[in-house]
Amino acid sequence: MTYSPHTDSDRARMLEEIGVSSVEELFADIPAAVRAGAWDIPPPLAEQEVRAELVRLAGRNRIPDVSFLGAGAYRHLVPAVVSEVIGRPEFSTSYTPYQPEVSQGTLQSIYEFQSLICELTGMEVATASHYDGATATAEAALMACRLTRRHRVAVSAGVSPDYRRVLETYCSGPGVEVITVPIDLADGGSGTTDPATVAALLADDVACLVAAQPNFYGQVEPMRELADAAHGAGALFVAVVEPTSLAILEAPGEYGADLVAAEGQPLGIPVSFGGPYVGLMAARMASVRQMPGRLVGATRDVQGRRGYVLTLQAREQHIRREKAASNICTNQALMALAAAAYLTAVGPQGLREVAELGTTQARHLAAALEASGVAERRFSGPYFAEVAVRVPDAARRHATLAERGIVAGHLPGREEPALADTLLLATTELTTDADIERLVSALEETR
Amino acid sequence: MSYPDDLRYSKEHEWVRVEGTRATIGITSFAADELGDIVFIELPEVGASLSQFASFGVVESVKAVSDLYAPIGGEVTEVNEALRDGPELLNSDPFGDGWIARVELADPSEVESLMDAGAYAAETG
Repeated sequence: MTYSPHTDSDRARMLEEIGVSSVEELFADIPAAVRAGAWDIPPPLAEQEVRAELVRLAGRNRIPDVSFLGAGAYRHLVPAVVSEVIGRPEFSTSYTPYQPEVSQGTLQSIYEFQSLICELTGMEVATASHYDGATATAEAALMACRLTRRHRVAVSAGVSPDYRRVLETYCSGPGVEVITVPIDLADGGSGTTDPATVAALLADDVACLVAAQPNFYGQVEPMRELADAAHGAGALFVAVVEPTSLAILEAPGEYGADLVAAEGQPLGIPVSFGGPYVGLMAARMASVRQMPGRLVGATRDVQGRRGYVLTLQAREQHIRREKAASNICTNQALMALAAAAYLTAVGPQGLREVAELGTTQARHLAAALEASGVAERRFSGPYFAEVAVRVPDAARRHATLAERGIVAGHLPGREEPALADTLLLATTELTTDADIERLVSALEETR
Repeated sequence: MSYPDDLRYSKEHEWVRVEGTRATIGITSFAADELGDIVFIELPEVGASLSQFASFGVVESVKAVSDLYAPIGGEVTEVNEALRDGPELLNSDPFGDGWIARVELADPSEVESLMDAGAYAAETG
């Protein structure tokens, strides 16, 4: 049956009403080059034929035997309790609470999540979450502009290239200029942001410096010195962090970060093509009224019982309209709940073990690659659980290894020409010694 | 309702007390009553330049959020710091301890476009 929302006579009446003689005339302003043209759609299929076709397409998926891919998304063990909790229909079927106070369970789950993020980051207040790490980062930069009433933001080239593109997009609307602070990309260099460069680059009209810890190349940045350099220019410091790293690296609240943004995927959310992921954001209480998105607060009802509310909603678009702190108040409540369930399940000790196993395996990997002579570290200095290594003819060998079921990490040369012939390899607690041996052997064989 | 005779008033319910080239500005008792209990005010920065009738801050009450509109233009020389921790002063004493900012006037004649107490009483009556 043809789906037909309007009859020919409906269309004729609408065209007559607006004074256009035909649909073709209505669309005359759209260049032919971007028109859909004639659609060559095959005839309809029966259900079982559709099923067969989908199975055939799914068969084209390549599931690697071994993967060292990271670059912002990390494969971790997700305890079964996480999917059990988020699979409960009270959570999985509920939409955003428009009459929030009757949804005490949902509000409490968000409040617990916010509390965990504050504890993890050492900050005073966290939002109910954002779409992902990139949008949380962009929102943090715009928040810094509101707080300082300045209209330029500086971002370290050590921040993920994807995040920087999203930041550019978010800043293009309000007319905020983005300046990039280079990192040391020299062979054997630090691979990090130089605080002296920051101090020289930051004029008194820059709202914030955005830097990542660890940075996109796994290198550990001098966050305290970068924070001091930003503050020296009257700018705020936005720390973009990998959340599991906070179990062993200093908390942003300790080194003077004013705002923290993060991708929460490593906390109990499987790597997935296109998400859903979850953005984390935390700040100081003094700047809470400029935070974007939703916030859940704890209070007491008239009988003195603990209760939860959506608080400080005057920041939000349904009250402040065009003057809202953000026009995206959507959060990722179910993914935030997954993060909260994960953190609760693994606990502080478990998270520390996750971070330590990842960093230990990264060192095993680097040592094995250097011992076999197939690759050596691209940068010097401390790194977390991801390591950039120099490999001759990296792109070709990356493709050859993929044919053999091995994803040899990310090719950073795709975004940064200075890093051609570099592989960016991530390890986690799921990376086995056998995985490492297999990668090293495959690189030896493709030498 | 009657309003202090020594002040001038804007349609947006702000008042101004002009003393030479300086002025003190605030919101009227009518505005405070309409807003209800005020819980937060975003003050302008000292040194900020205000344009007459342009937005210069925000007041938030338990039931609404409103922009503050400058009744007169000029440069902010002082803000009422007591409002940061005590925004309820805007309700309890809007024409006195609840003042918002002092400004150095850009153009003292701008005051001529504002209402006197009688006209404002008629406006809000």
